[in-house]
Amino acid sequence: MTTATVTVPTAMHKSEQRSDSHQQGQVKMSTRGVKVFYGDSQALHGIDLDIVENEVIAFIGPSGCGKSTFLRCLNRMNDTIPGCRVEGDVTLDGNDIYAPSLDVVLLRAQVGIVFQKPNPFPKSIYENIAYGPRLHGLASRRAELDEVVERSLRRAGLWDEVKDRLDQPGTSLSGGQQQRLCIARTIAISPEVILMDEPCSALDPIATAKIEQLIDELSASYTIAMVTHNMQQAARVAHKTAFFHMGDMVEVGDTDKIFTNPEDQRTHDYITGRFG
Amino acid sequence: MNTITQASRGERLAIIERSLASRHRQEKRFRRLGLAAVVTGMVLVLILFASILMRGLPAFWQATFYLDIHFDSDIVNVSERPIQQEGESNADFRERDFTWQSEVGRVNWQQLIDNALAEALGEEIEPQQTRDLRALVTSAERRTLRDRFIEDQSLLGETHTIKLLASANVDVWIKGNINRDLPDSQQQLSAQTREWADHLYEEGVITNAFSTALFLNTDSRSSLASAGLAGAFMGSLFMMLIVMLLSIPIGVASAIYLEEFAPKNRLTDLIEININNLAAVPSIVFGLLGAAIFIGYLRLPLSAPLVGGLVLTLMTLPTIIIATRAALRSIPNSIRQAALGMGASKVQTVFHHVLPLALPGILTGSILGVAQALGETAPLLLIGMNAFVSNIPATPFDQASALPVQIYLWQGNELRNFFEARTSAAIIVLLALMLSLNALAIWLRKKLETRW
Ligand SMILES: Nc1ncnc2c1ncn2[C@@H]1O[C@H](COP(=O)(O)OP(=O)(O)OP(=O)(O)O)[C@@H](O)[C@H]1O
Ligand SMILES: [Mg+2]
Repeated sequence: MTTATVTVPTAMHKSEQRSDSHQQGQVKMSTRGVKVFYGDSQALHGIDLDIVENEVIAFIGPSGCGKSTFLRCLNRMNDTIPGCRVEGDVTLDGNDIYAPSLDVVLLRAQVGIVFQKPNPFPKSIYENIAYGPRLHGLASRRAELDEVVERSLRRAGLWDEVKDRLDQPGTSLSGGQQQRLCIARTIAISPEVILMDEPCSALDPIATAKIEQLIDELSASYTIAMVTHNMQQAARVAHKTAFFHMGDMVEVGDTDKIFTNPEDQRTHDYITGRFG
Repeated sequence: MNTITQASRGERLAIIERSLASRHRQEKRFRRLGLAAVVTGMVLVLILFASILMRGLPAFWQATFYLDIHFDSDIVNVSERPIQQEGESNADFRERDFTWQSEVGRVNWQQLIDNALAEALGEEIEPQQTRDLRALVTSAERRTLRDRFIEDQSLLGETHTIKLLASANVDVWIKGNINRDLPDSQQQLSAQTREWADHLYEEGVITNAFSTALFLNTDSRSSLASAGLAGAFMGSLFMMLIVMLLSIPIGVASAIYLEEFAPKNRLTDLIEININNLAAVPSIVFGLLGAAIFIGYLRLPLSAPLVGGLVLTLMTLPTIIIATRAALRSIPNSIRQAALGMGASKVQTVFHHVLPLALPGILTGSILGVAQALGETAPLLLIGMNAFVSNIPATPFDQASALPVQIYLWQGNELRNFFEARTSAAIIVLLALMLSLNALAIWLRKKLETRW
């Protein structure tokens, strides 16, 4: 593996933070025996995983192994896919998120998601951010909304680039800016967990670096689960890494350990580039 | 193995080049075919429009008399119009006024016209010539004089130039829509009338004036020259209102439900198939259905725009549902995912994001559906909308005709050489209405379209 061409200044930061979270880590989300079926075909064969509060966990694995599927189980986005069935237990703070009494709207306000392909609403930049807070009644007066919009855009590192054009359509931004807009949109509703599905797959190294830095900063206040195909990225930003293979989670552990001393042969083969 | 991968670089390029030539040829052929198809279509449409315009436009101008009518007080010999007395109830007053109006109606208005014509011709009219004379002005114009007098009694004893429509046959004769060399036996007007008409046309008493009758009058059987489209137009208008008010909300709502909310199962598949089939059902079948349900079972009035509107609503619904579903389906799923991921409920997702984006498509589809209904004739014949109606309908419950039905009726009128042009004129009015509806659809689409 070659080292990444872009040096990410926050790599050190991550290592520092990890030792704290490691000691006082509280399980934020946990899954037990999660199986997912698309019609008759099974995409996940029973996943047991704990996600610790204020930690960044990366899901890696070859294409089609079920990373996105698993990510979607965590805020029930799979519900929106016709023919998709989820079995097993998923909890958030110890509460079953598939319980019939649970309201998915509330769940998704707590567990936000950023998709692989940037999908801003075809509305103004301002409206993109203001939509969530207004929807959940978190802010209603213009002044409050203005503040939320600015704060979210600042955190996503987009404020300086767009502060003079908040009324322009979100779709007029570049791909990387759109992705940061989507992240800002998710932060605006202050979720506790943020799910990200390959957030940098369409971005150039500079935009990628910005988002990685953002993820690192966000991990101070949020729990983040991200899917990535870029192993340097996982190494740079994730405290923990989980390796998926053909619908199973083969191995999970500290990122350093997964990348330097994996227990499973398949993990080893994957990270050394023998397949995937 | 002698595969392409083993060929030398030159050979490989040669092979690709050869295939290139054929690919280019294919492309050119397709482009030419497409262009030819478009040009053919355009030419046909142009021919259609040109022929309709050429035939119909002259009918917007109609042979019209400008006659100096003397409101002779010997002939118009009526009492004073009643004035409402103090203490008299409105009903009583109206009763007296009505009696007066009937008295005015009994005046021999025709005599005024006859006199004015004799004056214009500068001839003594023999009693046996009266028939020929009365063939000049269309019969309904007696009532025009009466109405003018009821409006303004100060006309009494005065002479006024008044616009009166020439009879349909005079119009045909003046415009040359009948062969002037035909023998008397085959002419529609007597030799005397024709001579008079020509004379008056030269004198400028008869001119081709813009025909307001075409727009303001209802259909007429006794006085063909004054047959107009107002009744049919109002009938069509009422029907369009009913169709829009019913089919757009119902159609759009069902499409939203089917596309965004309904579970995918056998039942919804069946519904979908049925809707698609309904869109292909001949419109006359909807007419039969409407006659059976609305008239036979619900006892709604025959020939009423209400029933016509309901039948056309049934016919338009599948079109609108299909167009709306297509518009909804064209909205990328990523938008729905984005909204749902933000914690929007399904209804919020649809109403905040999907519907606004699909709106231009929905409106276009709906308006085109309504425009299609506007031109529909067959189902209306089955619910009696081809009945002759001489009043402009005031409500959707009154008897009425409709524009396409009026076209059909005029097309079948025996006085071919007068109604041929009038039919085309009615077609022009209908087409103008449809084109404006389509223009509205395009305008709405442009206005509402969100740039991505
Ligand atoms: N909507 C769907 N309907 C049916 N099958 C699906 C659907 N989405 C995913 N699958 C199947 O589930 C399996 C896992 O897919 P998933 O998208 O989770 O993979 P992934 O690990 O995210 O892959 P990638 O890295 O390429 O994004 C694949 O075999 C895929 O074909
Ligand atoms: Mg994926």
